[in-house]
Amino acid sequence: MADEAELAADQHVRYIVTVEKVTSAATAPFPPYAPSTPPSAFQRPLLSSAQKKDSFESLVMEHIRLNGAYWGLTTLDLLHKLHAVDAAEVVDWIMSCYHPESGGFGGNVGHDPHVLYTLSAVQVLCLFDRLDVLDVDKVADYVAGLQNKDGSFSGDIWGEVDTRFSYIALCTLSLLHRLHKIDVQKAVDFIVSCKNLDGGFGAMPGGESHAGQIFCCVGALAITGSLQHIDRDLLGWWLCERQCKDGGLNGRPEKLADVCYSWWVLSSLVMIDRVHWIDKEKLTKFILNCQDKENGGISDRPDNAVDIYHTYFGIAGLSLMEYPGVKPLDPAYALPLDVVNRIFLKK
Amino acid sequence: MEHAKSGPSSWPELADVVPVPQDDGPSPVVPIAYRDDFREVMDYFRALYFTGERSPRALRLTTEAIELNPGNYTVWHFRRLILEALDFDLLEEMKFVGKIAECNPKNYQIWHHKRWLAEKLGPDIANNEHEFTMKILAIDAKNYHAWSHRQWVLQALGGWETELEYCNQLLKEDVFNNSAWNQRYFVITRSPLLGGLTVVRDSEVDYTIEAILANPQNESPWRYLKGLYKGENNLLVDDERISGVCFKVLKNDWTCVFALSFLLDLLCTGLQPSDELKSTLEPIRSSHPETADADPVTVVCCILQKCDPLRVNYWSWFKATLSQVS
Repeated sequence: MADEAELAADQHVRYIVTVEKVTSAATAPFPPYAPSTPPSAFQRPLLSSAQKKDSFESLVMEHIRLNGAYWGLTTLDLLHKLHAVDAAEVVDWIMSCYHPESGGFGGNVGHDPHVLYTLSAVQVLCLFDRLDVLDVDKVADYVAGLQNKDGSFSGDIWGEVDTRFSYIALCTLSLLHRLHKIDVQKAVDFIVSCKNLDGGFGAMPGGESHAGQIFCCVGALAITGSLQHIDRDLLGWWLCERQCKDGGLNGRPEKLADVCYSWWVLSSLVMIDRVHWIDKEKLTKFILNCQDKENGGISDRPDNAVDIYHTYFGIAGLSLMEYPGVKPLDPAYALPLDVVNRIFLKK
Repeated sequence: MEHAKSGPSSWPELADVVPVPQDDGPSPVVPIAYRDDFREVMDYFRALYFTGERSPRALRLTTEAIELNPGNYTVWHFRRLILEALDFDLLEEMKFVGKIAECNPKNYQIWHHKRWLAEKLGPDIANNEHEFTMKILAIDAKNYHAWSHRQWVLQALGGWETELEYCNQLLKEDVFNNSAWNQRYFVITRSPLLGGLTVVRDSEVDYTIEAILANPQNESPWRYLKGLYKGENNLLVDDERISGVCFKVLKNDWTCVFALSFLLDLLCTGLQPSDELKSTLEPIRSSHPETADADPVTVVCCILQKCDPLRVNYWSWFKATLSQVS
């Protein structure tokens, strides 16, 4: 079918702004239709059946609302539609998740601080160029305080250790220009200790190589200028082996393809300069086939239910493959390139 | 999963509590519609959470909240504070979280809670934890959380004695299970009982070759085989069993991508020309006359470009970069 191979960008924007926002308030999130603008871009949102079905889904995700905000808002920015939301409102809400005593952010108002949400908060503030609202040193001290003796990072005061948290900590501190607050060498040493015989990385030393963990480790090494620890050809091959016959990418050998690996695998390949080793055309087709072109949103694989997480990662994957109409995304910081440039070239 | 049929608003022990609704801020970015029973439990939870109450009724509320939504990490955090304050029976708690985990086997908070408990309970709980992860892996043999937990328990609390046998069993059930192959490597390199990689290498090579010959299209044992000689590639080339398995597989099916790429690795590491190599490449050369006079590396790369078109760029790179070296 002719339009099978297109990105339904407008529908995705509508999905993000409306399905996640089930409100009875009269204020329309979009400005009124003006004759010079095409009607499809500014339709008044409708309360679709998808929203009612999703309301319980949203309900059980209330504690990770900050992650959802990052996924949704970054996608809007990638599609050049960040202006569809009110920046001041977003910043206010983000700060209502802040814990001034600890310096960390919770997943939603009234939730305990954790690095997962602290990174999302910092990333969203970067999108809006509002890092000025932060007590930067306080937030940086919160993250730095979670580094352990062996260089690893805990997620919060309860001590869970995972290479995800290494990436999160390094990414947060780098965006805040506060990497000097931690022992960077030890952080790198811990990540290297998680390297496996196949060139990949797991969550802990000895943990099975997994594309999500690999992204975290490669990203962490990229941010700290330590990519020399990676055997790029070996890892590059492992990563391009993730491409399945259907064109999608999986996260480990003998598993099914999932749209989110369009990000974890692809960004890793870009960071080690091996992205030309996968078949981009087939992957693009796979991602586009996972869209709900009527209601918007992207799912993990074709014909499944959509969610904001897979919508973001699908579009992020398309960005890395330079899909027309999608802004370029920085593979290490997972933020639009212009945002990252602003942070590192302005100061 | 059974929870109270009537919500907290009808519990006599909570009669004096004023429930606290979720504060999404003055202009919520993403306000969401709540289901009533969930809303009620969370409103009461918040009331006790904000007053910092550490009591049996608070514990009971966290049980309700967890059963409705085990992903809420703040509830788990509060529960741990209560457990500590009440000096609660941690074995009982381990039983509780086990039930929740069975229904939610991919939930980070649950596995972390189990680890927190296991750290406190010590080596005596090791068996229980291994039995538990075994139960989870019996349903999903690749559950990453279960494997992480199992590895942590082995290293922190012990139980190595039967682990290699467990890997054998899992691989018998599904020889394609990459997690089981990873665990096998974990055991032979880290178990204090086996003597280390070099001691078991010989038997492991035989085991792996048998697995490859039974299913040559299996990615994991090829990688495992290479990993057995990590850092000692010269030994890899010298061990005739290794090149032997490549030749054997390719004689049956010269399009087997894993065998071809392994052969490439060997050639680039110094595998010497032999009659076996020549006869293995013969059917490839005759079906692809353009490779008739090419060196072995080029022949293998050419056929890989055809047999593994998804990764044609990788094989082209290999050919361009390394065919000059061999």
